[in-house]
Amino acid sequence: MNTAPRAQEIRLRVHPARVATYIVLVLLAILFLVPLYVAVVGSLKTLREVNTTSIWTLPATVDLGAWRSALQPPLQNSGGIASGLYNSLVMTIPAVVVSSFWGSINGYVLSKWRFRGADVVFAVLLFGMFIPYQAILIPLVNLLQQLRLYDSLLGLGLTHIIYGIPITTLIFRNYYASIPTELVEAAKMDGAGISAVYRLVILPLSIPGFVVVAIWQFTNIWNEFLFAVTLTSAPTTQPVTVALQNLAGSFAALYNVQMAGALISALPTFVVYVLLSRYFIRGLLAGSLKG
Amino acid sequence: MRTRSASVLILLPAIVASLIFVYGFIVWTGFASITSWNQIKALKNFLPDFPIVGLDNYVSLFHTPRFWPNDLVNNAVFTVGFVGLSIVVGLLLAILLDQRIRGESFFRNLFLLPMSLSYVVTGTIWSWIFNPHTGINQLLDPFGFGAFRRALLGLGLLSPLWGFLDALHVNIVRPGLTADPRAALGAIVLAAVWQMSGFVMAMFLAGLRGISDEIREAARVDGASEVQIYRHILVPLLRPVLVSVVVLLGYISLKIFDLVFVTTRGGPGVSSDFPSIFLFDSAFKGNLWARGAAIAIVMLIASAVIVVPYLRWQLRQEGRP
Repeated sequence: MNTAPRAQEIRLRVHPARVATYIVLVLLAILFLVPLYVAVVGSLKTLREVNTTSIWTLPATVDLGAWRSALQPPLQNSGGIASGLYNSLVMTIPAVVVSSFWGSINGYVLSKWRFRGADVVFAVLLFGMFIPYQAILIPLVNLLQQLRLYDSLLGLGLTHIIYGIPITTLIFRNYYASIPTELVEAAKMDGAGISAVYRLVILPLSIPGFVVVAIWQFTNIWNEFLFAVTLTSAPTTQPVTVALQNLAGSFAALYNVQMAGALISALPTFVVYVLLSRYFIRGLLAGSLKG
Repeated sequence: MRTRSASVLILLPAIVASLIFVYGFIVWTGFASITSWNQIKALKNFLPDFPIVGLDNYVSLFHTPRFWPNDLVNNAVFTVGFVGLSIVVGLLLAILLDQRIRGESFFRNLFLLPMSLSYVVTGTIWSWIFNPHTGINQLLDPFGFGAFRRALLGLGLLSPLWGFLDALHVNIVRPGLTADPRAALGAIVLAAVWQMSGFVMAMFLAGLRGISDEIREAARVDGASEVQIYRHILVPLLRPVLVSVVVLLGYISLKIFDLVFVTTRGGPGVSSDFPSIFLFDSAFKGNLWARGAAIAIVMLIASAVIVVPYLRWQLRQEGRP
């Protein structure tokens, strides 16, 4: 058989398809970027431009007034997300640290010190990840009120820790399953107990697991809205998502301030995502049970 | 034996927390839903001490048009639209990225980027895009899209379709978008698809990469075209991933709250209202706590119907070698 025309035929057949693939990808990429374009462009406009132009046009000059107003509006008591940013930060970071360690310990025991009934325990814990939180919201509000933790960052942070148990346990359990059991067995032979094995063998190997879990928890807690809006009511305790929502209400007509507010509140998770997207994707896939 | 008790001891805080804050609280909510706790009075202790009224709250709920049919139908329509479109877009993206293209990680990270954003952020931005006076219409109308849309809506042939979509609140051909009760729900679907289709892409892409190259090679040797390989071999092999995607997106869709709260807050009227919004209004704005609890239980049952069989399936699969 003559192979020359066949090779040419393949090249002809493959080439247009490849060009089409790139064209479709680039078009979809542009489509996906539209909201970000709108947000960035809008946030750089002045009050006058907001009133005279649509959200699509470029600003005449780069004006950071809207960014300042979103953080601290010139009008007294009209919101602003600066305090929300601070509240989210001091609530999210400890919650991420605690829930990561808690999940790490749970996942370690469930994967390396398996006992009869371990799978049942895991299933019992896991179900908590797949309930609509509305189903526990009303008793939660009541309990926090009784404990005087309602409308406090402590109460909100503890809530995120408790309901973070299933996902952090799940990711660490899958992660530790990939650490060879021989390592653990060898340490046991040397007389190491359950906590010594954790400290000496498991913990030093856990850094990638911690990165995945911490990113996942940070993104979720930072972005969360349902608990935030129902468990806090004062501006002094509201996290950034609630502050942004209020900003959208009090500045009904000014899209430049709203867009700036949206970008500022998205910035922390955005930066984490851009720097560590590989780990973000790992957490995403682990969260769907497919480790 | 000693290690077993140590293991259980270490897990105990998580087990106790789960029994109280997940299972106990669900029972608590269930109990509250059969009481007459529909007033502003705060509870004196940890349980709602109000007279038990049986299923009265559920009966009245299902006689409230805002809940049934409106909210439940809206949620069902949203679920079908959101899950369906996310799968179509996500699968398309996954197949495109599976072609060993240059800049794969750039595109992948770009399509996944919305996943890292809060629904509140997304909702704020999209509600401006959907704003009929400053948003997408201003971009497209200069290209004659407005006239095209009017012509389309005026076609007698298509009027049954428009009537159907109008009734479901998803007719996004209508220029009013979030300001038009006939289109508002559809607009929220679009924003949600933007946010979540990257996740579907990541799941499918991981699935495609898990399929051994030998299968593709064998099909190529047999003379199958690339399209045929995807259509008849690869996509059918993705079925387990598809099940995961449907369940996870379905779960998200049945509890969705923040995106709706920020974009339309259920409006105009109740055209894009959801059980989660109704619950928020009933309990947290209206002090109808027992009614709120009843809505919560309906939501829990709806998501348990899809999640519980899925979890059983997943956990059983895991047990296999």
